[in-house]
Formats: sequence, C-alpha cells, structure tokens
Amino acid sequence: MQSMSDMDWGIMAPEWVIAIACALLIVVDLFLKNTASRRWIGFLSLLAVGMAGGWVITQFRHKSAMILDGAYILAPYTLIWKIILLTGAALVLLVSLGQEKKEYEPHEGEYYYLLLTAVLGGMIVVSTADLIGLYTGLELLSLSSYILVGIQKKKNRSNEAAWKYVVLGGVSSAFILYGMSFLYGLTGTTHVGEIQKQLSQVGSSYEAYVYLSFFLMMVGFGFKLASAPFHTWAPDVYQGAPTPITSFLAIVSKSVTFALVLIVYMAYAGPYGEFQEDMIILFMIMATLSMIIGNTVALRQTNVKRMMAYSSIAHAGYVLVAVATGNQILIPIVFFYLFVYLFMTIGVFAVIALVAEQEKSEDLKAFAGLYHRSPLLALSMSVFLLSLAGIPVTAGFFGKFYIIMGALELNHIWLIAVMIVTTIISYYYYFAVIRQMYFRRPASSDPVRVSWPMKVAIGISLIATMGIGIMPQFVLETLQSLLR
Amino acid sequence: MTWSQWLPTLITFSPLLGVLVIWMTPREKATLHRMMGIWATIPPLVLAWIMYSQFDSTYVGMQMKQAITWIQVATFWKISYSMGVDGLSMPLVFLTGLISTLAAVASFLIRERTKQYYSLFLLLEVGMLGVFLANNLFLFFIFFEITLVAAFFLVGIWGYFDKEKAANQFLLYNGLGSGFMLLAMIALFRLTGTLDYLEVQMWMQSKASPVSPTLLWIIFISLLVAFAIKLPIFPFHTWMLRMHVEAPTPIVMIHSGILLKMGAYGLLRFGVGWFGAYMKEIAYILIALGLINILYGAVLAFVQKELKRVLAYSSISHMGILLLGIASLTTIGLQGAIFQAVSHGLISALMFFIVGSLYERTKTTELDRLGGLARSMPVLSGILMVAGLALLGLPGLSGFISEFLAFLGLFQVHPEWAAVGSIGLVLAAVYTLRAVLKTTFGPIKDQWMGLEDIQIKEWLPMFILVGFIALIGVYPKLLEESIQVTLYQMVSKIGG
Repeated sequence: MQSMSDMDWGIMAPEWVIAIACALLIVVDLFLKNTASRRWIGFLSLLAVGMAGGWVITQFRHKSAMILDGAYILAPYTLIWKIILLTGAALVLLVSLGQEKKEYEPHEGEYYYLLLTAVLGGMIVVSTADLIGLYTGLELLSLSSYILVGIQKKKNRSNEAAWKYVVLGGVSSAFILYGMSFLYGLTGTTHVGEIQKQLSQVGSSYEAYVYLSFFLMMVGFGFKLASAPFHTWAPDVYQGAPTPITSFLAIVSKSVTFALVLIVYMAYAGPYGEFQEDMIILFMIMATLSMIIGNTVALRQTNVKRMMAYSSIAHAGYVLVAVATGNQILIPIVFFYLFVYLFMTIGVFAVIALVAEQEKSEDLKAFAGLYHRSPLLALSMSVFLLSLAGIPVTAGFFGKFYIIMGALELNHIWLIAVMIVTTIISYYYYFAVIRQMYFRRPASSDPVRVSWPMKVAIGISLIATMGIGIMPQFVLETLQSLLR
Repeated sequence: MTWSQWLPTLITFSPLLGVLVIWMTPREKATLHRMMGIWATIPPLVLAWIMYSQFDSTYVGMQMKQAITWIQVATFWKISYSMGVDGLSMPLVFLTGLISTLAAVASFLIRERTKQYYSLFLLLEVGMLGVFLANNLFLFFIFFEITLVAAFFLVGIWGYFDKEKAANQFLLYNGLGSGFMLLAMIALFRLTGTLDYLEVQMWMQSKASPVSPTLLWIIFISLLVAFAIKLPIFPFHTWMLRMHVEAPTPIVMIHSGILLKMGAYGLLRFGVGWFGAYMKEIAYILIALGLINILYGAVLAFVQKELKRVLAYSSISHMGILLLGIASLTTIGLQGAIFQAVSHGLISALMFFIVGSLYERTKTTELDRLGGLARSMPVLSGILMVAGLALLGLPGLSGFISEFLAFLGLFQVHPEWAAVGSIGLVLAAVYTLRAVLKTTFGPIKDQWMGLEDIQIKEWLPMFILVGFIALIGVYPKLLEESIQVTLYQMVSKIGG
C-alpha cells in the first residue's frame, strides 16, 4: 500500500485547478462590494475551466494510473468524459456571460462558482470507480444544481422548479444510495472492480438482492437522466431554471449520469449471463419509453424550453439505445453522441436565451420572423434544429446513424424501428420553430442584439455541428484510437 | 485519374458557387439576385452537356467514377464518397440542369426575399444533381434529404395561400418515405457491408442466398414504399396534389419535372437494379397499381374545375404509365419508363410555366372563369395547345414515343393489361383537350380582353422546352443511345 505522500497527486491537477479557483473566487466574492460588477468572476471561472481542459489534453500522453486505491483513475476514458464536461461548462459560461440582463442578477458571483463546483462534482464522478467517490461526486453536482436552478429566488417558476428538483433529486439520490448499500452488503467492498469479482461468487440465494440493488440504482439514474418513466420533473425544471442552467442540466448533468450508468454497469458485468439479459431489457424499456414519450409530448408544447426538455428526454432515449446494447464497441459511439449533443444543444439554448431576453417570452411565437430580424441567427438555429432532428449532413444525423449501426450489430431491430419512427415524429416540432422563424412575420423588425461571448458560443457550436457532420469519421476514429 | 472523374462532383456542387456570390450581395437587390440566380444554373447545365459529350454509350456500368473512403464503422463496414454516371442517370442529370435553368428564369415571378430564395433554389439543385450522380445509397439518401429540406422552405415561404399546410404535408409524407429508405439502407448495409450500386447488385446475384428471404423482402418493400410515396403511387398521392396547387411556379416546375422523377429513378435503380427478381414476383401488383394510377388520375383530372388540379391529376396518370413500363421488366418497357420520366419532366415543366404565366395575369386558374384567351394572348394559347398535344401523346412529340414504348414493353408480357392501360391514353386526350379548350377557346370574357401576351423572358424558355419535346419526339435516338446498354445489362441480371 502506498502512503499518502507517495501518491502521484499531480494526475489530479485538473480537479485541483477547479477546486482552487472555486475557493479563491468564493473568498473574493465575499470581500467584494455589493454594487461591484461580478462579471470578471465569470471570466476567471472560464479561465479556470480552460486551464483544466488544457491540462486534461496534456494528460492523454500520460500512461493510465490510479491513486487512492483506485478511487481516482486516470485513463483515456476518464479524460474524454472530462473533455465533454469541461467543454460543456465552458460553453455554458460563455452563454451566461453573453446574456445582457442576467436572470440571476443579485447572485452573479454565486452563480459562477456554483457552476464550478457542479463541474468538479461531475469530474469526480467520471474519474472514480469507487461507490463512495461516485456518490459524493454526484451529490456535489446535484446540490450545486439545485441552487443554480432556484437562483432567481424572486420568481415563482424558479422556486417551483427548484423545489421539485430538490425533492425528486433527493429521492433519486436516496434510491441510488440504497441500491449501492446492497452491493456493499453483498460484497463487502465499495470498489467497482472488486464488486464485479465478488458478485460472481455470490450464491444464487442472494440473486434477488443483486436484482434489487440494480433496480433501485436504475430508478435513481432514470431520474437524473430524465429518462421516461422518471422524467416528470424535467419539463418544469427546464422551464423554470435560467436558460444557461437548463443547457447545463441537459448536457453536463446528463453526461455525468451516463458515465455513472456505464461505471455501475461494469460492476454487474461479471456474474450471470441471464442477469445481463435482464439488465439490457430494463435499459431497452427505458430507451423505448423515453423516445416515445419525449417525442410525442414535445409535439404539444408551445414553450420552447419545455419543448427542449421533452427533446432532451428523447435524446436520453437515443443514447440509452446505445447503452442498452451493452457492448464495448458502442462506448466510442456514446461519446460521439454526447459530444454532438453538447454542441447542438448549447447552440439552441444560446439562441433561446437571446430571443427570450429580447422578447420577454419563451413562447414559440417569440421566434416569429426571426429570419427577418437576424438572418444569421435564424440560420444557425436552423442548423442546430436540423441536427437535433437528425437530418444529414449535420452532426446529429451521424450520431443517430452510428447508434443505429451499433444496435444493428446486436439485432435490436424493433428498437431501431422505434428510433426511426420517433425521429420522424420529431421533425414536426423541430420544424415548428423553423416555421416560426421563416414563415411568419415578426412583431418588430429590430435585429436581435448578440454580445460577443454569445457569438463565440454560437460560432463554436455551429462550426462543430457542421464540421462533425462533414467529417464524422475523423471524430469517431480519434475517439476510438484514444480509447484503444 | 482523368479529369472527367471530377465531372460528377463538379456538376453537383457547381451551383454552390452561385450561393456564395449571392450571399455577398445586399439583401434588397432583387434584380441582381435574379441575374445571378440564372447565371448560377448555367455551369451545371454546361457541365452536364460536357458530360453527355464525354459519355461512352457502349460502356457497361458506372463511368467517370470517383470514390474516396468517407466513413468506416468497423474494418468491414465502409462507406465511400463515390459519384459516377451511367445510362440511367445521364438523361436525368441533363434534364435537371435544363429545367433548373428554365425554372430560374421563371423565378422572376418571385418578388420577396429573393436572396434567400435563390440560395435555397440552388441548394435544391445541388440535392437533385447529387441524387442522380451518387453512386451509393448512402449518398443518394443524403442528397435526397437535402432536396427535402430545400423544397420544404421553398414551398412554405413562397407558395400560395395554403402554403404551410402543403409544406408540412410534404415534409411528413416524404419524411416517412425517408424513414423507410433509412431502414432499408441500414439493414442492407448490415448484410452486405457496402451500399455501392454495383457491389450490392453483385452481392444480390451471388451471396444473397443464405440470407432469410423474409428480411430481403422487408428491405425491398421498404424501398418500394419510399419511392412509391415520391412517385407518387395511388394511396400515397395526397401530399403531391397540395404541393402542385400551392407551390410557386418555378418550384412546381422543378417538383413535377424532377423531384417526382427521383421516385422513378429510385424504383429503377434499386427496385429493378438490386431487387429485379423480387420485382418480377410482384409485377402483378405493380401493374395493378399502375393501372389504378392511370385511370384514377385520368378520371379525376377530367372532373376538376381548376387548371392546376387537372395537371396534378394528369401527373398521377402519367406516372402510372411510367410504373407500367417499369413493371413490364423488359428492356423496351424500362426504356419507355425513362423516356416517360424525361418527357413528362419537360412537358409538365412547360405546362406549369404556362399556368404560372397565366395566373400572373388573370389571378385565377378556375376553368369556369377562363375562356377565349386565344384572342388576347395568342402566343401563350398556342404554346398551351402544343403542350396539351404533347401531354396527350401526339405522334411526333416526346409524349407519344414514351407512352408507346412503355405500353409496347408491357404488351410483350401482359398484353391484356396493356390493353386496359391504353384506355388511359384516350382519357388523356379527353381531359387535356377539355382543359386546354376551356382556357383558350370559346367566347372571351370582357375582363380578359386587355390582357398582355407573354414577354420574351417567358416565351423563350417555353420555346426551348417545346424544342426539346419535339426533338425527342422526332429523334428519340438521342436519348435511346445513352440508356440502351445500361438497361440491357439491368434486364439481363433480373433472371428468375
């Protein structure tokens, strides 16, 4: 056993950067005058995220390592997860900085460093294979998100959203913890790798507990993923939260939960073939329900953020299709999809934030005639929506295409059929926004003001969405070679 | 590596040059956009002509082929960016170039948001050319989707009164078709590891036997439905009626001139080319559907009170003839089908151009409110008469030779059904003449006395179309030569 001082703490540098930046900013914010602008705290947070991201990239050359008895792992897959999280966080910060009138005005300082703690929580989750690490990381992320959702404390909707999110999020955490406790009880260890070994020796008389633990955890993950049938909180929370936070929930929280699902999945990967089949069936049910419910209920929404909430439920379903196959080949495809989803979702929410700010409305009608007011903004929004709808030649099409190819590998024909049919249904509501933008007359003809951080965020998303659409193979191969 | 390998790629993406230039112009310069829009359609047309002159009509398979690996899922699954041309696509590529240019000229009728209009118009052209020049199903699918999105906007923004409904219906029906195509494509890709036209064809010949026939049937039927919606075949035709009535003139020219022909092309390329033996087994059903299309379209065309609807139903009827040609699965029948695709493309583009010009002046296309227009607009009425004669299949014009070949092909195998189908020809004469006469002959209403006849920007494109219709009618060899070898090879592979 290594002693604490022998360990190579340097491999945790990205986490340290975020943690230190966060601590410093809290102190600075405390001593700052109430009236002082806190905008630069946001830029410093962005800088911290950027530095951590840069560090993560250099770590790809580092050979795989672990410290704290496997509670912290450095491996290609943890690095890729971190790239996803940090890119997402950076773009969310840019969108936040780009909003002219902050939705969370008196608490701007808190807003930025809570985003940092949330990301830190996510980074802990993805780089650990220990149940305790997983749970603490998840809770750090969740607690920060609860506050961020309710940060506009003078607004009823925000309070309602925060309340729902806290209660249901708390319950789901309890489910996860309860499920984990069974695993510990059965195996006497919290390390996922150990659990996998031990579980295969657990006798069949305890099989019910194995099922129970998995089922409980899946209920909890289902809540966090906003996948049907545990999705009911999502529309209210997505609508009530400040727009950048909504995108944060859709991207970062969701990606972290997928990481969790994949890690926990490993714990069960050993024991019985039959059990694995049952796991897959559970995933398939969740995937199917998410795709159907997400895409059909979205048809009736008139609030764009609510619509996007249902769209995100549907997208969780698509990724679950890949997860449900339980095949190692699909890991790069899951990464690919989450990358693609990140860019197109940030893009959509950035435009929503801009339009909602200008029009004081999140209704679909707020987008009427956007083409006449800001043609470039309308064009970008169309690209993001087409990508979400999965129309070639955008990144979203290839995301879906690869998932379908992967699912075919395992002959899940009916799952693919559901995916294709619901995708076609989804055309209707994505095109509803496009119809508003291009086919309707605007109420006013003033162009939408776009601040430079917004321009950067939308620009990056646009280039990524188009670029990955034209060269999907390059991205997928990079992911595959990194994971090898 | 010769320069001609680049031709398919060049043709397909050449309209994008125009898009770039148009984007650099100010938004309100409509005249400038118009000029550029027309000029931008010239390069693909010229390149298509060069391609035709380079085309070796004795060569079997794809010519001027270019392939670069694009996507690779595992070592086994590869998708290339591959473009090329054969006898099946050559005439349709040229048709696309021609009709696009003429539709760009006809776009002077568009007065709003011209910058955006021409950008989308040229994007649509990229999609259409790509559909015909793609060399594997994946690329075909992608270009197909591009036409879908571009046409959706073009109809939804610049169409007539009920444009949004038309655009939505178009999107949903065709989206459904794309879904079926995607399903078939993925299943096929899974089986064969390739989507290349030739490789799949060879796979179907040699390696398909261990695969369960049910799966292959599902794939085949999915493809069939996808293109049946596009063509359209009888129960799937409602979207197309709305589209014909609501779309702006240049887009309806393109829609009925080319977009519908993508359905025919798909049936030929994938139905006959890949699944020839399966096609043969359900030839009866296809013949039945073709007959329904012919008779249903003809009867309903006869009772319509509005000119555009007459033409829409006549399109259904004519696509029925095309389907009969395909269902015969003989060289002559298939040849008839391609002839019909090209010929009907030219004729319907002409017809809808005329109707568009007419509507500009009268603001109505109700047959009861028109009449006697030959007096105030002799040139337009004359061209309408010629177009009508071409539509009803007068010998010497392209409609005759196409329908003749399609029925001749069917006569070789099922003379009794061909006889039933030829009733459609009689009906075509009846409904076409009724529509034409109601418009141009009879007593003229006072309100139409002062109408101005068409100008050069209208009659010049119309004359060009008439010229091609007559050219194919009197000298069919022009078209026949390039397609002969490909069709012969296709039919010989059907077997069964």
